[in-house]
Amino acid sequence: MSTEGISVNAEVRVQIRSDLDILNARQQGRRLATELGFSLTEATFIVTAISELARNIVMYAKTGEVLLTSVNDRSRCGIIVVAKDQGPGIADIRLAMQSGFSTSGSLGLGLPGTKRLMDEFEVSSKIGQGTTVVVKKWRS
Amino acid sequence: MEVPILKQGSYLIATIQSDLSDTDLRDLRDALVQRVGKLRSRGVIIDLTSLDMLDSFATRTLRDTAHMIRLRGAETVIVGMQPEVAFTMVQLGLSLEGVSTALDLEEGLGYLNQRFGGPRRGA
Amino acid sequence: MTTRTRDRDLVQSQTQPPPASPRDAYTTELLRELVAHLREQQVQLREEWARRITEAQLLTAMSGEEVFAEASSVYDQYVETLQTGTFEALQAYAQNLSERIIPRGVETHEVVGIVLLLRDVLARALFSRYHVDLDKLNYILDAYEPAANRIAITVAVGFVQERERIIREQQEAIRELSTPVLQVRERLLILPIIGLIDPQRARQLTEQLLRGIRTNRARVVVIDITGVPVMDSSVANHLVQTVEASRLLGATVIVTGLSPEIAQTLVNIGVDLSKMNTVGDLQGGIEEAERILGHKVVPLQDPQES
Repeated sequence: MSTEGISVNAEVRVQIRSDLDILNARQQGRRLATELGFSLTEATFIVTAISELARNIVMYAKTGEVLLTSVNDRSRCGIIVVAKDQGPGIADIRLAMQSGFSTSGSLGLGLPGTKRLMDEFEVSSKIGQGTTVVVKKWRS
Repeated sequence: MEVPILKQGSYLIATIQSDLSDTDLRDLRDALVQRVGKLRSRGVIIDLTSLDMLDSFATRTLRDTAHMIRLRGAETVIVGMQPEVAFTMVQLGLSLEGVSTALDLEEGLGYLNQRFGGPRRGA
Repeated sequence: MTTRTRDRDLVQSQTQPPPASPRDAYTTELLRELVAHLREQQVQLREEWARRITEAQLLTAMSGEEVFAEASSVYDQYVETLQTGTFEALQAYAQNLSERIIPRGVETHEVVGIVLLLRDVLARALFSRYHVDLDKLNYILDAYEPAANRIAITVAVGFVQERERIIREQQEAIRELSTPVLQVRERLLILPIIGLIDPQRARQLTEQLLRGIRTNRARVVVIDITGVPVMDSSVANHLVQTVEASRLLGATVIVTGLSPEIAQTLVNIGVDLSKMNTVGDLQGGIEEAERILGHKVVPLQDPQES
């Protein structure tokens, strides 16, 4: 970490086990997003994405973690969210990426929606081993 | 964190004041449904003015709440949604279809009054 | 403002001197001597500088008097910075200067050019004064050069950042101007959209509209797209989202001026047009809006039986 004030990469790690942890992850995300100077709309996008990803962990994997990293250097400024668990994994990622929320309220992973909220989106999963979702948003 | 629920004539007004956990939302749903039945309320207003985020779980729970309240013969109006929250919801692909909405508490009460011809005195 | 502070930090870090030795007593003494000399000679040196500026055909957008006035203050700042060795005042000055001269049409190469010319003029002055004592001259240059270079960078970067900030502001203003949200009467907003919409403009439109609904307590919004020639599916999607988001704020949206082509696009992305409130033209839309508002019982988003 440079002391010149150029690049301060703050990292916050939130263990996800219960719905209170989802709340915590959101609040940490809100704090970081605001510090990074994101607009209110962008910050809301970020916090909502964090909430969706953290909830997926609670619902499907029981435990996991969300890592929030703020990037603030000469060339760019933004936030990286990594949601990682050792849960059952996603059987069919392509299917998961196609199905969004439906009005009948069927439970989906909400991945397409989450992808729309952020600038970059990457999901990797292995059956029986776990899932990692990485999303990023950059300041315009 | 308990959400305060006020009784105003034959209406109930629930004002959400901060970011709520999933458990808090479920508790709110159960509290409203129970009170609607007990007090025979005709309308319920859920005020989201202080809510800065509404994700899929919260949306689903609000929809369920309105549905369950309707089964008890009352109508729900969601009010006070912030522009950024509304924008995020539609980006996420969520909808509150089937639930009435109004700009704020005043509009929401106005709507209920028009529907029910004025608040009834007492319950 | 956050952006401004960040930019300043950037300049600060970018103009951080290389890990050179801190100023020792001798260097400080030399600089004091150097500064005294430059101040003493300021009239001649400024004239020389102004001459070189004219010769290089810089600052042609400004008159002779204006150039002289700006040159004087730049000179003073330059020498002051050499003396103090601190750059905050210079940064602030550079920003201020940029704010003044950018509207006059001064360009980046001109600003960089004149600062470098001043550096040259002052360097020459040092040569002519200290040429008899080459050791001393070297010491003086050791102190002068890094400071002079940092001054050049500070001013140039300050200028460029100010330009970028202005461009961003102008773009924002243009976008806002081209998407005005009009309040026609109480509770009714009209959003006439003209021209091609890209995703960024669409997003800005939605944000503006939602805020407008809140501020104006609008119950009905008429979005007129008569002036939109073509709309691809992503922007059409955005229109649908805008309608839905407005509903969440308790407002009914009427879309007017829907061309058959755009109607087809909407159908193609799965929109049920019978569920969207559309009217042929803007006038008709306003009438419909007033009908909705005029009713005693406002049909505020009755729950749809699905």
